Amino acid sequence: MDLIRFVVDCLKTALSGGRAYWIWIGTLLFFISMGVFTYANQTANGLMVTGMSDQVSWGFYVSNFTFLVGVAAAAVMLVIPAYIFHNAEAKRVVLLGEGLAVAASLMCMLFVAVDLGRPDRIWHLSPYPGMFNWPSSLLTWDVLVLNGYLALNLLIPGYILYHTYHGREYNKNLVFAAAVLSMFWAISIHTVTAFLFASNSARPFWSSALVAPRFLATAFCAGPAFIIMTFLIMHRINAYKIGHKVIDMLAVIVAIAMQINLIMLAAELFVEFYAEGQHSANARYLFLGMGGKHSLVPWIWSAQALNVGAVLILMVEKFRKNYYLLFVACAMAVVGIWIEKGMGFVIPGFIPTPLGEVFEYKPTLMEVKISLGVLAIGAMVFTLMVKPLRAIQMGILSNPALDQRAALELAEAREKAEMLARIASYEDNPEG
Amino acid sequence: MKFFRQSPDQKRRAALKTLGLGAAVGAGALASSANPLPSIEVPSASFEDNWHEFFQQHYQRMSPEEITEALARLERKYKAKYDVDVHVGNAPPLEGVVFGYALNVSKCQGYRECVKGCTTENNQTKDPDLEYIRVLEMEKGSMNLEHGDPYYGEEEPVPKPGKFYLPIQCHHCENPPCVKACPVKATWKEPDGIVVVDYNWCIGCRMCANACPYWARKFNWHEPKLPVEAINPQTHYLGNRPRFRGVMEKCTFCIQRTREGKMPACQEACPTGARVFGNLLDPHSEIRFVLENKNVFRLKEELNTEPKFWYYSD
Repeated sequence: MDLIRFVVDCLKTALSGGRAYWIWIGTLLFFISMGVFTYANQTANGLMVTGMSDQVSWGFYVSNFTFLVGVAAAAVMLVIPAYIFHNAEAKRVVLLGEGLAVAASLMCMLFVAVDLGRPDRIWHLSPYPGMFNWPSSLLTWDVLVLNGYLALNLLIPGYILYHTYHGREYNKNLVFAAAVLSMFWAISIHTVTAFLFASNSARPFWSSALVAPRFLATAFCAGPAFIIMTFLIMHRINAYKIGHKVIDMLAVIVAIAMQINLIMLAAELFVEFYAEGQHSANARYLFLGMGGKHSLVPWIWSAQALNVGAVLILMVEKFRKNYYLLFVACAMAVVGIWIEKGMGFVIPGFIPTPLGEVFEYKPTLMEVKISLGVLAIGAMVFTLMVKPLRAIQMGILSNPALDQRAALELAEAREKAEMLARIASYEDNPEG
Repeated sequence: MKFFRQSPDQKRRAALKTLGLGAAVGAGALASSANPLPSIEVPSASFEDNWHEFFQQHYQRMSPEEITEALARLERKYKAKYDVDVHVGNAPPLEGVVFGYALNVSKCQGYRECVKGCTTENNQTKDPDLEYIRVLEMEKGSMNLEHGDPYYGEEEPVPKPGKFYLPIQCHHCENPPCVKACPVKATWKEPDGIVVVDYNWCIGCRMCANACPYWARKFNWHEPKLPVEAINPQTHYLGNRPRFRGVMEKCTFCIQRTREGKMPACQEACPTGARVFGNLLDPHSEIRFVLENKNVFRLKEELNTEPKFWYYSD
């Protein structure tokens, strides 16, 4: 009963707002509706409506999936300081980060789903009643880790909010354990996704030991950059007040991760081009073009320019602390990595094909529309989660049956008892 | 919220909100430029058949009775769709047989008769034809596939001077990376060494196509276009039965023929005798003679996929 009341209250809060809120919701609905109808068309006609082919059999959908896995994983950069080091400012916003992880993992799953040729058979992709090729197939690993990550990021904040709503203390040990688990889990979703590509020895561009570490570096760059942008916007429109220290901490993470990413890029370029063999053909196509075909070349170089530009801004403390410049730098990093790790990573793996054919890929308008729909669903989920989250954290939304004063007294008594216990422990062993 | 008594102003605003959100959804539908009235397809199979097809289990999990039912269901489906009596068999692998293929590159002249033989046999989508065999026109003296041209003209006289021809199809690896990659076990290696696909179980994720070093897997990006007169009615469940939209397919060494002791269609179609097919376990087979006495090699041997498809020259 309590749980139902909690859910209903959260829904009510999520569905109340001013004109600007409803305009935002309406805009998202427009994109979702456009995506859904376009997807209906895709299921009716088959994947021929996309730009994909036997030569380039994965495209825009999987590119976005790869990028968003990084965004989802980045929530861990708030989880660690909040739950492990008990940083007060991080604790205030960690639930937002986890909300973002929920939206991002959901979008990842949707991007894989819209890429399937037979979505009606998606139930085959389950241990029961389907047939799960685990541990052999890396896609089954991705199904497991993404669902697990989604569950963790729903359950931890849900549990905390549920207790806050009831004016109760949550079990700190339980949350600590879950936070440690989600820390490793975040690394795993990215490593598994990297292995999804790196496991293909038929595709020399992907089949590199550097793919997984580079995925992690880009994730901890683009992810926190995306979180910073979201936080700055939310702070600006008064949706949620964010502390400076959190933003500054995330900005440093972005700067460091981007530097590591660029070092690995340089290492990759050296190996590919110093003694250029047949296995460098994909890299040649990506960076320089091949056989008169070079549609990815301007993209990858602008991505690298954006990445370098972002790191130059972020390395200077004065620039990093100017939040307009920080926003620009983060936008540059997000776009740069979206190109580099999305289309700039997935597509050149296919060009040339294992039989040496150079056949290019360009997403169709329908692919873009469906992708926009998926992104809008993610934004919608995030929006609907933020409202009740904020209301509960601010104490606006709580169980109406709750005796506020009694709850407060209880919390104070517990705090006092804890403090007395600590003092007593000091007195027992004065050296310690 | 709405459960309380509302003032006229609140009512008006609520109505405006609903109207606005509805308009957003409608505008989205328009912007999708999807046909709002999709052409109603004539149902090609009964509802009951579609229902059972949806819940059909993996081929290796079905009981013999369920397989018989599934085969009959497919035959009814093809009858309704193409108005042709298609026989769908499920001949099991022969005892003591593992198939292997060898191709003599010094005999191959690049006529591409094997490609035609294959598409006539295997009920692939036509126009543009889905082909299992790709013949590369290679520079003599180079094995760099990137310099091979698969699109050499249909009308040009072959063989051209300074060129040799390299047909590539599924190599039916002993250690197939595609089978490892499939998340739902829709593709596997049969006891006779043939790598097959259950077209009714494939979810169309294309993991296998990415894993294949020989680019042997082809996807049905649209509903297959198979003219009635082009249908080969002698089919096998794991072989050349007509496929569906959104599933993967590939060369099956003509499982519907070779399990009945016949040669694959490409072998029969080859006018130069460049193709040698047979049982690797039979010490007196021609393929064994080739493997033992000719200078054979395999493509991309360094990947350890152990193809059962060899090339050799005289």
